Amino acid sequence: MCGTCGCGNGENGVSIHNPKDLKTNEHGHHHHDEPAHEHTHDGHTHTHSHDHAHAHEHDHQHAHHQKKVIEVEQDILHHNDVMAARNRGYFEAKNIFALNLVSSPGSGKTSLLERTLKDLKTEIPFFVIEGDQQTMNDANRIAAIDIPVIQINTGKGCHLESDAIFDAVKRLNITDNTVLMIENVGNLVCPSMFDLGESKRVVIISTTEGEDKPIKYPDMFHTSDLCIINKIDLLPYVHIDVEKLKQHALKVNPKLQFIELSATTGEGMNTWYDWLKKQKN
Amino acid sequence: MHELSVALGIVKIAEDETAKAGAEKVELIELEIGTLAGVDFESLEFVWPAAVKDTVLEFALKKISVLKGKAKCVDCDTVFEIQHLYDSCPECGSNFKGIIQGKELRVKALEVV
Ligand SMILES: Nc1nc2c(ncn2[C@@H]2O[C@H](COP(=O)(O)OP(=O)(O)OP(=O)(O)O)[C@@H](O)[C@H]2O)c(=O)[nH]1
Ligand SMILES: [Mg+2]
Ligand SMILES: [Zn+2]
Repeated sequence: MCGTCGCGNGENGVSIHNPKDLKTNEHGHHHHDEPAHEHTHDGHTHTHSHDHAHAHEHDHQHAHHQKKVIEVEQDILHHNDVMAARNRGYFEAKNIFALNLVSSPGSGKTSLLERTLKDLKTEIPFFVIEGDQQTMNDANRIAAIDIPVIQINTGKGCHLESDAIFDAVKRLNITDNTVLMIENVGNLVCPSMFDLGESKRVVIISTTEGEDKPIKYPDMFHTSDLCIINKIDLLPYVHIDVEKLKQHALKVNPKLQFIELSATTGEGMNTWYDWLKKQKN
Repeated sequence: MHELSVALGIVKIAEDETAKAGAEKVELIELEIGTLAGVDFESLEFVWPAAVKDTVLEFALKKISVLKGKAKCVDCDTVFEIQHLYDSCPECGSNFKGIIQGKELRVKALEVV
């Protein structure tokens, strides 16, 4: 169900908003299936897709109650993977470097973005997609820095999926040779299974989360390319062995790279900027 | 809970295949899920009734084959069973491994009428 207007078809109920468009009260609904139709009521537009549009009318004259076995052999996340591949092709063609930022709630994804965008926006053109279950808060924080941003609210959904990214990207009008930052829903489990078509996946963990997170939630570390250890300004106050944290993560993913920084004080941010600039080319 | 997305993915495949076959509903669905696929079986059971309601799967019997995790060591080629993604090679202790089984998340077959 859509949190904004209460309409929906009982699926995950994803809605996509541009902070700048909000006054017009227009929002697109994103659901898994085409075909979609639009209708207008009370001055705002809805796009619904019909998911369960299988025919209910049958001709009961002829016998069709024979059993039939279909060897399907299809990946359950096939649809997500196909759309992710489509996104990836689009990003590659337009030379867009897309990052999928994942972490537990509150590890500092938005703070890291805010500082990065402020520091680099004159050098690199950025676009941002924010994923949260509810609210425009994170998109508003990004819009305040004058960076084009789209908020995806996933409703009950605990992760972003590639088709919502596809829709959000279309609405962002991303230009060529740019960097797209996708902040996933704060959740260290679910987003790991859903490829968005990103160029690289970045997992952020903060020093307050404990050194055994990588083995408690191995999937996310297994699928990431870079691990940012944030909030190092808090190291004097928390008992965490950063080396042990890295060892745990390396057991899960021996190829993982690490950058330690503080989005608050700015310490270590230059290493991250160097990584970003190097990867982007 | 991403198991809801997984269940909805299964529903989509079943709906599409049933329609393609000109059938009405599914009597049996066979799934193959690996222990390293990131799916919590209990959660899947929990969301299943809501996900399949009013679909071709509503009254279907569900059979899940669970595939155990298996990896091959990059350094010494040993093939070993893994319970966790962080298990290292029992022969040489290396963390570098390729996962050869356990990531499956697949609809294997449908029995439709
Ligand atoms: N001390 C310290 N606090 C930080 C740092 N980075 C972020 N925080 C604080 O951590 C809290 C959460 O930061 P956010 O950037 O909103 O975290 P997030 O990962 O975007 O959170 P969600 O989007 O809700 O998952 C805020 O109060 C930040 O001020 C840091 O480097 N050091
Ligand atoms: Mg955030
Ligand atoms: Zn070995």
